[in-house]
Amino acid sequence: MEYVIEMLGIRKQFGDFVANDNITLQLKKGEIHALLGENGAGKSTLMNVLFGLYQPEDGKIRVRGKDVKITDPNVANKLGIGMVHQHFMLVENFTVTENIILGSEPTKAGSINIKDAAKKVQELSETYGLNVDPYAKIEDISVGMQQRVEIIKTLYRGADIIIFDEPTASLTPQEITELMQIMKRLIEEGKSIILITHKLNEIMEVSDRVTVIRKGQGIGTVITAETNPTELAELMVGRQVVFKTEKIASNPKEVVLEIDSLSVTDNRGIEKVKNLNLTVRAGEIVGIAGIDGNGQSELIEAITGLRKVKSGHIKLNGKNITGLKPRKITESGIGHIPQDRHKHGLVLDFPIGHNIALQTYYKKPISKNGVIDYKKVNEMARTIIQQYDVRSGEGEMSLARSLSGGNQQKAIIGREVERDPDLLIAALPTRGLDVGAIEFIHKRLIEQRDKGKAVLLISFELDEVMNVSDQIAVIYDGYIIDTVNPQETNEQELGLLMAGQSLQDKNKVGGQK
Amino acid sequence: MSKRLVNILVPLISILLGLIIGAIVMAVSGFNPIDGYVALWNGIFMDTYTLGETIRQITPYVFSGLAVAFAFRTGLFNIGVEGQLIMGWLAAAWVGQAFELPAVLHVPLALLAAAVAGALWAFIPGLLKAKLQVHEVIVTIMMNYIALHVANALIGVISGGEERTEKIHESASLRSDFLETMTDYSRLHWGFIIALLAVIVMWFILQKTTLGYELKAVGFNKNASEYAGMNVNKNIILAMVISGAFAGLGGAMEALGTFENMSKLHASTGIGFDGIAVALLGANQPFGVLLGAILFGALKNGGLNMPSEAGVPTEIVSIVIALIIFFVASGYIIRVALNQFGKKRKEEK
Amino acid sequence: MSFLEVLYFIIPSAIFYAAPLILTAIGGVFTERSGVVNIGLEGIMIVGAASSIMFNLAFADQLGDATPWVGLLIAMVFGIILSLILAVAAVSLRADQTVSGVALNMLGLAIAVFTVKMVYDKGQTDSITERFSRFDIPVLGDIPVIGRMFFVDVYATSILAIIVAVLAWFVIYKTPFGLRLRAVGEHPMAADTMGVNVTKMRYVAVMISGALGGIGGAIYAQSIAGNFGASTISGQGFMAIAAMIFGKWHPLGALGAALFFGFAQALSVVGGSIPYVQDVPDLVLLILPYVLTILALAGFIGKAHAPKASGVPYIKGKR
Repeated sequence: MEYVIEMLGIRKQFGDFVANDNITLQLKKGEIHALLGENGAGKSTLMNVLFGLYQPEDGKIRVRGKDVKITDPNVANKLGIGMVHQHFMLVENFTVTENIILGSEPTKAGSINIKDAAKKVQELSETYGLNVDPYAKIEDISVGMQQRVEIIKTLYRGADIIIFDEPTASLTPQEITELMQIMKRLIEEGKSIILITHKLNEIMEVSDRVTVIRKGQGIGTVITAETNPTELAELMVGRQVVFKTEKIASNPKEVVLEIDSLSVTDNRGIEKVKNLNLTVRAGEIVGIAGIDGNGQSELIEAITGLRKVKSGHIKLNGKNITGLKPRKITESGIGHIPQDRHKHGLVLDFPIGHNIALQTYYKKPISKNGVIDYKKVNEMARTIIQQYDVRSGEGEMSLARSLSGGNQQKAIIGREVERDPDLLIAALPTRGLDVGAIEFIHKRLIEQRDKGKAVLLISFELDEVMNVSDQIAVIYDGYIIDTVNPQETNEQELGLLMAGQSLQDKNKVGGQK
Repeated sequence: MSKRLVNILVPLISILLGLIIGAIVMAVSGFNPIDGYVALWNGIFMDTYTLGETIRQITPYVFSGLAVAFAFRTGLFNIGVEGQLIMGWLAAAWVGQAFELPAVLHVPLALLAAAVAGALWAFIPGLLKAKLQVHEVIVTIMMNYIALHVANALIGVISGGEERTEKIHESASLRSDFLETMTDYSRLHWGFIIALLAVIVMWFILQKTTLGYELKAVGFNKNASEYAGMNVNKNIILAMVISGAFAGLGGAMEALGTFENMSKLHASTGIGFDGIAVALLGANQPFGVLLGAILFGALKNGGLNMPSEAGVPTEIVSIVIALIIFFVASGYIIRVALNQFGKKRKEEK
Repeated sequence: MSFLEVLYFIIPSAIFYAAPLILTAIGGVFTERSGVVNIGLEGIMIVGAASSIMFNLAFADQLGDATPWVGLLIAMVFGIILSLILAVAAVSLRADQTVSGVALNMLGLAIAVFTVKMVYDKGQTDSITERFSRFDIPVLGDIPVIGRMFFVDVYATSILAIIVAVLAWFVIYKTPFGLRLRAVGEHPMAADTMGVNVTKMRYVAVMISGALGGIGGAIYAQSIAGNFGASTISGQGFMAIAAMIFGKWHPLGALGAALFFGFAQALSVVGGSIPYVQDVPDLVLLILPYVLTILALAGFIGKAHAPKASGVPYIKGKR
């Protein structure tokens, strides 16, 4: 039995949309097999089929040479298939152990035998070097530990085949290294792994073979040792991919945004921004790099007026905007592309045209004396839709919900940029978007900077920050630990800064991670 | 199948299904469903008197439907229309009998009082929701019961210990001799014109004003609205208050038209709860609400005839209405069925 | 009356009025924990009350003392049947849960009154003859002070309510069923990936609320009201929901909250006989339970945390 899993000619559709079209994937025993594709290419769907969450319309699945029908996750579990989900399937207010045993609880006289369960969890944790606390609540532990809980879930049920779905999305560089080690350890203990990812460097580092999917179609399988990132990228996207965005050198002028000793607390009263200083000039892009949770959200909320400031000042073009109401701040000259476009950027059940008017509906010429002229709204919307290549079924009347993520984001950018703000804040502007949309958005940001605007970019993707910014400010624990020039630094250095090691420490000998 | 068509078919199919199951209930209980529905029909259209009463019955439903629909559109469940309507009724009845003014002033004053009373009664749950995130469903339901008891107590106070308030002055009444003679002395009054105006007002607010834009935005997505600079709390309270005002006006219809006074209530009127059905059936759109109110007002009035003509208890109408709500609310399944049906038709072509 | 005598008078009344609320509130805890909002508890109580009274009137002669108890079983069955309508609409057909709950209330009331009118030709039934009886708990009833307050002249149904509350606590927090129930309410997709059948759990939870709500309504009708009409159940179902929220979706919390509301109800009924209280205007006593409910929701809860997935239909494959 060479192959431990075979998915042959799988077809899966949702209504008219074909997510998987005749895809074949074969996993050898003891290998790490990467499944590569862009966002929306169909990787997660394929794995959900393998895991029994979806039923394919066509195709065969073989486990250890035998044909099987995986009708639900229980069947998958029995066959020894386990899945570590991208978005963790963990109940926040349950303990680690409760999450692991859910559905297969050991009992004693009708009630759950927590002690036995915790013991087994502890054993697994030690065997595989996973380091989890059986009694901790999920809401209290780190993202890295949460992921390890997901891994133990599969091991508890005796999985031999483990699927990792985009496992490094929310991990620090150090945690990513740890995860790679864990995967190698699992292979040593006899497991086989399918790794779903779109991160080329991870594939090169840890996988044995790669299967590439593009827009629902299987493109082919290659041996990792015989390929390279450029070739993989081309297979993934279907054309030559340029990794760096062309741009002329920046020529920053006067200070537009000045943040001085800013301190901001979160909803629980904990200080998340601690005495932060930052400046952004006209004609430059400042990228804030950092791991999620180091104060970025609170910083943006403070600047845009959505959160009270504890102490310190924020000045825009010399004018103090600290603590002003959001509307006053946007009117002072700030445009904002929010990090969660569905939550903050759009009213999904409004037509996209009405969304484009979200910042201007109350002003002349759109409205007069409380009455809105929807003709003007639609006119303005049409212009922006055309200029920003926003694709939608019914033009400005399409509900925002029906647009793809990329088009939604383009509409938001159009809305903000057309207001001609002096400062454009772009928070995770390309999250969840495909390469085409990402290129477009990066171009637009650079365009703004070339026009002499100030741009503040916040992102968790180091590539993006390094590619687009003129200056990189690394945020750690609520303050700017250092500011570096992207031309003069690299990912390792940035990773260290993001983890709190200032560059002076870099030369210390024998550091632990 | 186009979305528009489906949106109209779902309520229609729901009504049909509701009536069918109503027929089954009647049959199972030993009644003749045909007799029952004939009695229902007669109770709506039989003669000018009945027709007049039917239109009169529809009038407060328009207001309660608008109240629920308005709140719904802005993301709120106003189950307290019942209580707001009662307070509006009381306010209008009091203004109607306590002052002596020319009609051109008296009627608007009474209407205003009713709207304000309803608005105030809705203000409390609105405030609690905005400031403390207390879910409005339970609060408004409690306010209904409180309204019932408070109104009864106040009726006793206003009337000096009687069971009902004094009849309102003619200057405040919405009745007219013209309408009375036209409809064989039914209680039909000019309120239905005001109801039609209210429909237009709601449409205008929601579709044409910045207020409407904000209310809808807040109802759909509080976070994005906050981001866009809107005052979310103010909008939540405003939505409830406007909704309450519509409800209060519904009460004014009863005070100034149907009864020309207010008697102590021993149970809730049901108009508020039926308003939920009206709003749902009308897809929370002003003109849909009008149609829904016509349907339910007709059913309710027709239902009054069923015990005498066919021996069927009037509650059968409430059963049918409740079933219709279920079917509309479960509309998804009807939509799926319609889509399948539409697909089959396409394939056959 | 001395203060102690007031307590002797009011506490048994409070517990007695609380019993229906306790059971219904516990029913609500089960559904909400599974992620289904059940506003329809009022309608379920109504159906339970009506069915038990009608059964009682019909079979009192044959069954004698046991009649009210069998009445509870009948109410349970009808409560479950009514709740299934909500289950189908909200869980399988993905109807809005609040709207479905309101419709269930209308339906329950209409069906109950319709049936009464059909069978008795009038809107209100006669009073039942076989009610629940009171008894003294041996030994415990002899304890000074506390004995007379809690263990003398007690209704068996009150004891039932408390037992059910404790049982519910055990089931929800100590058994696999309870763990899965809570998982389904907090993160249905996670439960689904662990092989828990979300739909089945939700159906079971709704049916449990149907059973408990039906019994709650039957207890109210057979011990407090004595007959059934359109206004027999007037808000008790909603109070039970408020008790559940006040008790933070925990069976023992709901128990405590329901006792509190029972106390308020008792005051509004018997307050006229208590010094001090009898000077308070009737209106205040009448609206007291409702006002307290609002205050409880506003003052003490504010930002309580319902189960995360409460109110949202679970759709497989939705991200």
